[in-house]
Amino acid sequence: MLFEKNEAEKLIQVIAGTYGYDLSGYSRASLYRRIGRFLTNHSIPGISVLEEKVGQSPAFFEVFLQELTVNVTEMFRDPSFFVALRRNVVPMLSTYPYIKIWDAGCSTGEELYSLTIMLKEENLLERTKIYATDVNQKVLQQARDGIYPLSSMKEYIRNYHLAGGLHDFADYYTARYGYVKFNSDLIKNVVFYPHNLATDSSFNEFHLVICRNVLIYFDRPLQERVYDLFLNSLINLGYLCLGKKESISLSPQASYFEVADKVEKIYRKRV
Amino acid sequence: MLPEAVVIGGSWGGLEAILRIVSGLPARFALPLIVVLHRGRNFKSELESVIQHRTHLQVREVEEKEKIQEGYLYIAPANYHVPVEQDYTFSLDLSAPVHHSRPSIDVTFESAAEVYGPRLVGVLLTGANVDGASGLKIIADRGGLAIIQDPSEAEADTMPRAALQLCPVRQVMRIDQISQLLLQMHQELQWTGGKS
Repeated sequence: MLFEKNEAEKLIQVIAGTYGYDLSGYSRASLYRRIGRFLTNHSIPGISVLEEKVGQSPAFFEVFLQELTVNVTEMFRDPSFFVALRRNVVPMLSTYPYIKIWDAGCSTGEELYSLTIMLKEENLLERTKIYATDVNQKVLQQARDGIYPLSSMKEYIRNYHLAGGLHDFADYYTARYGYVKFNSDLIKNVVFYPHNLATDSSFNEFHLVICRNVLIYFDRPLQERVYDLFLNSLINLGYLCLGKKESISLSPQASYFEVADKVEKIYRKRV
Repeated sequence: MLPEAVVIGGSWGGLEAILRIVSGLPARFALPLIVVLHRGRNFKSELESVIQHRTHLQVREVEEKEKIQEGYLYIAPANYHVPVEQDYTFSLDLSAPVHHSRPSIDVTFESAAEVYGPRLVGVLLTGANVDGASGLKIIADRGGLAIIQDPSEAEADTMPRAALQLCPVRQVMRIDQISQLLLQMHQELQWTGGKS
């Protein structure tokens, strides 16, 4: 590692003190690695220099925070999850006249567009409102833009079909200059806004909360805080979807959920 | 110093090499084996069952926050980095691929080196990619034992050769020698009663 643990912990304290931004509940190995990468990528000689820059410049802190919290995902990541969602959750959702979904930690939007495409094919998109949130404002803007490199499309097309896609994937975007832009009518009913799972509270009630591969960065106490948040944000019999390698089963909130799909980590709030 | 964990990385040809190493190890092997193999991203993988079929160790695909225990062979799941935490648990991470790879061998090797220091054994196997070399160097720098598969028997020698260049303090071994060494470590740990 390029720095000592106590140096990194001091940086975390400075950030909390200066900006009120709390990273203390983040898993350390991953956090330290990201700090190390930031130092390397920006040719910053050491963590004390980083601390100084972060302390002095809110704009620099923004850049640091954005790089620190960015996650790199794909469209229809884990196609079998989308198959399960389509088969087992969509039929229940379709019984409601109006559907509300929270995509918590939507990052650059690959999962959001995957979800809207699936809902459109199930004729539910028109009566669904999706709240797409992330702590990182820059990725929210990218999600809103819906522009991705053309080079990724080969994999996404394959994922889309593995995920049970019903149409020609190219119907959903236009390609130009090495990029594709997804049709903006897909996100007509999506609202984007910043939300910090570590500190912000519940803001609505949802039929479905999707939060995949976000809680992997949090320690157990912070995870439990977020599970409470989700519990308070779901209607009775609402669904919670986690990432493939995440599980609510060891947390105290597990008893409030039944397991709807053990492999795909889909849970349903008990009445 | 007695080892407390073994990390093994491989890419092209790596599965076959791993199978040869672990097929001779006993059920209650005295060390945890943490395996990072480059693998396809979004396909249902049979890796866990393929390896389980050929070893007495308990094979598990890593779940987040799982505690690292001896007797287990942990496999990094497809499409996640797997850093090791100070409290001997696994984290999962979706930051950008390293050397076009996620899981990246470097990520697991580097973080495990920070946790285990001289009590870590790192093994880098065959592969057509340079991932793992810098991680292996950090293992050696922290006083751990760095082992590179003999490039002359590796199915793809890019990975072991990259490590040979980067990592001056290391041992070069064939698969049968690596397997033998792990078995010796197991026996030594049992005699000293360091582990049950």
